[in-house]
Amino acid sequence: MLRAEDISMRYFRKTGQANHFYAVKGVSLALCPGEVTILTGRSGSGKTTLLHMLAGLLTPTGGRVLLDDTDLYALPDTELSRLRGAKFGVIPQGRSAVDTLTVLENVLLPGQLRGERGDAEGALRWLDALGIAHLKDARPAELSGGELRRMAIARALAGNPEVILADEPTGDLDDENTEAVLTLLRRRAAEAGKAVLLVTHDSEALPYGTRVYRMECGALSAL
Amino acid sequence: MGRAHLPVKNLLRKPGRTAALVLLTALLAASVFGGSVVVGSLRRGLESLEARLGADIIVMPAEAESKVSFKNLLLQGTTGAFYMDASVLDAVRGAQGVEIAAPQTFLASLKADCCAIKVQIIGIDPGADFTVKPWIEESYSRGLGDMEVAVGCKVTAGVGETLKIYEQYTHVVAKLAETGTGLDTAVYCNMDTMKKLLAAAEAKGVTHRLTSGSDVISAVYVKVKDGADPAQVNNWLNGHIRKVTAVRARSMFTDVSDSLSGIARAARVLIGAVWALALVILLVAFAMMIRERRREFAVLRLLGVSRRGLRDEILAETALCGLAGALIGVGVAALGVFPFTTLIETQIGLPYLTPAPGTLLTLAGGTVLATLAVGLLAGAWAAARLSRTDPGATLREGA
Repeated sequence: MLRAEDISMRYFRKTGQANHFYAVKGVSLALCPGEVTILTGRSGSGKTTLLHMLAGLLTPTGGRVLLDDTDLYALPDTELSRLRGAKFGVIPQGRSAVDTLTVLENVLLPGQLRGERGDAEGALRWLDALGIAHLKDARPAELSGGELRRMAIARALAGNPEVILADEPTGDLDDENTEAVLTLLRRRAAEAGKAVLLVTHDSEALPYGTRVYRMECGALSAL
Repeated sequence: MGRAHLPVKNLLRKPGRTAALVLLTALLAASVFGGSVVVGSLRRGLESLEARLGADIIVMPAEAESKVSFKNLLLQGTTGAFYMDASVLDAVRGAQGVEIAAPQTFLASLKADCCAIKVQIIGIDPGADFTVKPWIEESYSRGLGDMEVAVGCKVTAGVGETLKIYEQYTHVVAKLAETGTGLDTAVYCNMDTMKKLLAAAEAKGVTHRLTSGSDVISAVYVKVKDGADPAQVNNWLNGHIRKVTAVRARSMFTDVSDSLSGIARAARVLIGAVWALALVILLVAFAMMIRERRREFAVLRLLGVSRRGLRDEILAETALCGLAGALIGVGVAALGVFPFTTLIETQIGLPYLTPAPGTLLTLAGGTVLATLAVGLLAGAWAAARLSRTDPGATLREGA
């Protein structure tokens, strides 16, 4: 289980009346195995900041993030990075491909960064499930936005992570692929016992959530 | 593909970016190696010349005036001939403080059978000579016999061949090691052979003898005794022997040495400037590369690469670019310098002797290491800047 305990992210700014503001303020949240947690809210409400803090990418200015009993931000960078690579599957917003690698190499990359040999068959199964197996040898520059999103999803799932953190995973997808991706993520939670956090603007995603939260001005409320 | 292959793939699959970085490092390496070889060659040329002369004082006819022509003869292989009576040798030997006095006699050939150009013929007295003889003995230990000659490395005649000089046939018994000076285009014989050649030249009306039938010499090389002051001996010779000029060998080459120091200093400044410029350009290039790729690096962090791992990735790419650039640069500089040694020597007009292979290898190795160091410095700086960047913030930008 991944837990956020009263975490905050405070930024300083050079102008304005106040010299700082909170992107995330005093949020506590638990991502449980087998559940899809959906986080929705307006742009700038702090959803992505919260996701990055949960992923061990952004050190909170207050509070703790615990994976089981391990405080992520108490770990040295090398260990935290290793833990993130092994336990987390993160689907960031926007382009996240390594341009010099093919689609298949991108999907295999997390495993290889962990020192594994790379399960090409498993990677191809994920690409096939997302409808882009035929693009395995293509370079990211040759892919559309939707195809790149699906490649990022395949890459996050291929490592069989305990926690899946998806930031607008359906942003560039058509209705058909949106449904396929949401179904896939829900099945990863329900059938493989993964803890899934889905940050989205898309109201179509709400029915797929076990729990749904809304963020507003850095604060979290259950819907 | 393992993790170690990632830098290689990144470089190979972005050929334009990689080529630009390799080109920059190659430019740095080429300038450093090429400049060092030229400076080293000049330095070795002068050392070689000083070693060949080995004399404290050179006595020559006053009419030769001829610090300049004598110097050109030694440095550039310009031919020349000037004579004084051989009795000068006895007078020099009688001077206080003189340990050895060795005569030499010069004769300029016509366009000899051996060569497309005139060559300088130098007669030595094997019994007294301490300048050329040790050099000849490196190639030929038996001593020059009658009508036998040793030739400088740039004379085209080889050992065993016959060289016709003023219709006289001489036998080439040795080819001498390179000195990088005018001595490389000279032909050496003993005094008996030289007398025959002088007579043959006179018969053709080429030389004018001081006194027909008397012995002549062109210069006397003097080594002073231990403890004797070469300046005092030099002054004594100038004051007591008529119609000659005694010149301290060191002073003869002071201006050459000064020129050489000037060139070496200019080359060092130039190398330093190129180095500094290349470092700045590399820093900018790497900063731009990191900026262009910071989203990619943020993704690698997201996938579990630590700050240290990212630094290693950048340094690996930098090292590969630096190594390729250094090897290419050294190779290009070698191709640009070594085949044109003669041209450089002619243009510079100073003794020029390419450093020994061991020295060249050391220079090449040093250049490669120094270029690598500069590349790694630029890479480390870029990596340090990147490590201060928040991957989360980078991923949000332009998302």
